[in-house]
Amino acid sequence: MSSPETEPSLYAAREPIFPRRVKGTFRTLKWWLMAVMLGLYYLAPWIRWDRGPELPDQAILLDLANRRFFFFMIEIWPHEFYFVAGLLIMAGLGLFLFTSAAGRVWCGYGCPQTVWTDLMILVERWIEGDRNARLRLHRQKWDAEKIRKRALKWSAWFLIGLATGGAWVFYFTDAPTLARDLVAGTAHPVAYTTIAILTLTTFAFGGFFREQVCIYACPWPRIQAAMMDEDTLTIGYRDWRGEPRGKHRKAEGAEKLGDCIDCMACVNVCPMGIDIRDGQQMACITCGLCIDACNDVMDKIGKPPNLIGYLALTDETRERAGEGPKSVWKHVFRPRTVLYTVLWAGVGIGLVVALFLRSDIDMNVTPVRNPLFVTLSDGTIRNAYDIRLRNKLGEAHDYALTVTSDQPVSLRLEGVTGNVLRVPANDTLSTRLYLEAAPGSSAATEERSTVRLWVSEIPDQAHGKDTRVHHDTVFNGKARP
Amino acid sequence: MCAKQIKKPGEVPTTGHEWDGIQEFDNPMPRWWLWTFYLTIIWSIGYCIFYPAWPLVSGATQGLWGQTAAGDPRLAVAEEIKRFDDANAPIKAKLVAADLNAIATDPELDTYARSAGAAVFKTWCAQCHGAGAAGNKGYPNLLDDDWLWGGDMAAIHTTVTHGIRNTADPDARYSEMPKFGADALLEKPQIEEVVEHVLAISGQEHDAAKAAAGATVFADNCSSCHGEAGHGDREQGAPNLTDAVWLYGGDRAAITDSVFNARFGVMPNWNSRLTEDEIRAVSVYVHGLGGGE
Repeated sequence: MSSPETEPSLYAAREPIFPRRVKGTFRTLKWWLMAVMLGLYYLAPWIRWDRGPELPDQAILLDLANRRFFFFMIEIWPHEFYFVAGLLIMAGLGLFLFTSAAGRVWCGYGCPQTVWTDLMILVERWIEGDRNARLRLHRQKWDAEKIRKRALKWSAWFLIGLATGGAWVFYFTDAPTLARDLVAGTAHPVAYTTIAILTLTTFAFGGFFREQVCIYACPWPRIQAAMMDEDTLTIGYRDWRGEPRGKHRKAEGAEKLGDCIDCMACVNVCPMGIDIRDGQQMACITCGLCIDACNDVMDKIGKPPNLIGYLALTDETRERAGEGPKSVWKHVFRPRTVLYTVLWAGVGIGLVVALFLRSDIDMNVTPVRNPLFVTLSDGTIRNAYDIRLRNKLGEAHDYALTVTSDQPVSLRLEGVTGNVLRVPANDTLSTRLYLEAAPGSSAATEERSTVRLWVSEIPDQAHGKDTRVHHDTVFNGKARP
Repeated sequence: MCAKQIKKPGEVPTTGHEWDGIQEFDNPMPRWWLWTFYLTIIWSIGYCIFYPAWPLVSGATQGLWGQTAAGDPRLAVAEEIKRFDDANAPIKAKLVAADLNAIATDPELDTYARSAGAAVFKTWCAQCHGAGAAGNKGYPNLLDDDWLWGGDMAAIHTTVTHGIRNTADPDARYSEMPKFGADALLEKPQIEEVVEHVLAISGQEHDAAKAAAGATVFADNCSSCHGEAGHGDREQGAPNLTDAVWLYGGDRAAITDSVFNARFGVMPNWNSRLTEDEIRAVSVYVHGLGGGE
């Protein structure tokens, strides 16, 4: 470098953040949310659900090996992946809805990065003490106390990471069996690798990277601005009320100062290390802790609460002009949020309807097109169809295949006498089906006729529901255009 | 965006090149670029040591891995193929040892034979019989129930193994229809009459008077192979002339052509190119196409 003083460094070191403990409404809400969400995450794979002898009894199971997804009474097959697509669309629209209504609520309360960082900070506080003690420890030389505390903290973080990665793999296979195998060292290497990767990422992201993940790695803070407008509720500082800020000492003429006493409580509790009084900023995840901290101070100095609080930017302007804010509902119900809600509910209703309409049996029919038909020695015209039958029930079932058509055609199955097929429990059967039209019959001579193939359960079976489904296809005859 | 101030000549050394007052700064390379460049040099040294690299008069340096799968993709592919062949060796042995008619009763063997047979068919048979096995003029349709030489497992297996009317395999199926017209074995009116007779027995439009005369010609010249009623003879590969399936066409012109010039369809003997397990697999596949007996 020829002139280092004119070249600013392209690398800025991270400023360590030591969030102070805080009490209040939002902190309590966040503790509850954390308990519920982590509880769900860790315990959900252990819920049992009886599906009969041939199916897994785990309530929530992503059975990748057998390509099935179980969710309580619902079982999704790979060809029904549109359910997953629908859920993802709903998740996306839900995120849009919440963001346009109340800002980055996902970031502040629901995002795993926020929740796990919160948990890591809690552990950090238990071991190293609150903000001031941690600051002191940070500056301290590497003596026995610091080594002991750091080792303890990192071990605790590591255990949290291990539990996180450990819980993840239980969603993919039978949890009690896998737990035994993991301890015995006989589980599949993929399970160990997954646990190792997730342990490492949890440890690093929750313990060390923290707010940097949100600021530098996550795309959502950059996208969410498009979902927000001036009616969106978000966390802000009422600077018309707080400024000019200053220490309220009588000698300095406190009556000229605003409500903000510049105590830095809001900055000290912020897990992102920002000052909310600087205005709206990308690094703010709207976790609400600065509201709790400031309200605590306002209460102590006898000022009204919510110097920092949830507000819409339109209200900020109104309040500044001396008018009262609009009601929360007026902010929440506006064309944009209504549209998001309608779309979200539309997809949801569609999925529920699809869920109730799906049958326990399922048939795919592919007409064989090379050749379109075969002439048999007696002049019979034969068409072939590749069919695929799915039995979604927990027992093997017999199914009868029949055909209905305006023209007389007869049905035959490859390698089977009669028209009955046995499909194993929870399995797919592929076979070839033949339709034959007698020589000179209308189906044999016309270019094309429509036929409907039926698959129906043989009645009088265990769990038989007398269901039947059909599939329309075509029969190709001799006449060519 | 770019807040970096533009430096003036003198602050940075120049290369000394100047065109129309435009000078070229001699700025250092970016560090990341330089390091990447050095890394590629180190990489190239390693590459020359391990992989075929330097051209010589005939060939090239082989490197340490040149003769191994890591350095030669062809060897890697050969290894892959060998790995699959080894994995399939037991089931191939089982297929070769199995009774032809018992293959269908063993689901594992049947599934393997059908899949392997489909691959063999697409590679070796589809050129003549078509990818869908529907055949073509002169190449039998393998989907129907009409078989010249028999449609059970044993007959199909024999046909695939030895072929038809080829000169390479003495066991090839053989028969030869006389060229009744070209070799002047029948007079032209006789040929016309026998063609009308064939049209009659296959249920098509015909001249009844000629057909009646043709019946005598047929009994004298054709029935030894095609049978008195024209039902054909599988022992000689003589087609059934009464059914709806025609290898070379069933109209008046095509039948006349067949009688006048005769037909001589040839199929290679596959025992010289396919292994026994492949022949058995493709036989199972063909048998399962819808017409197997």
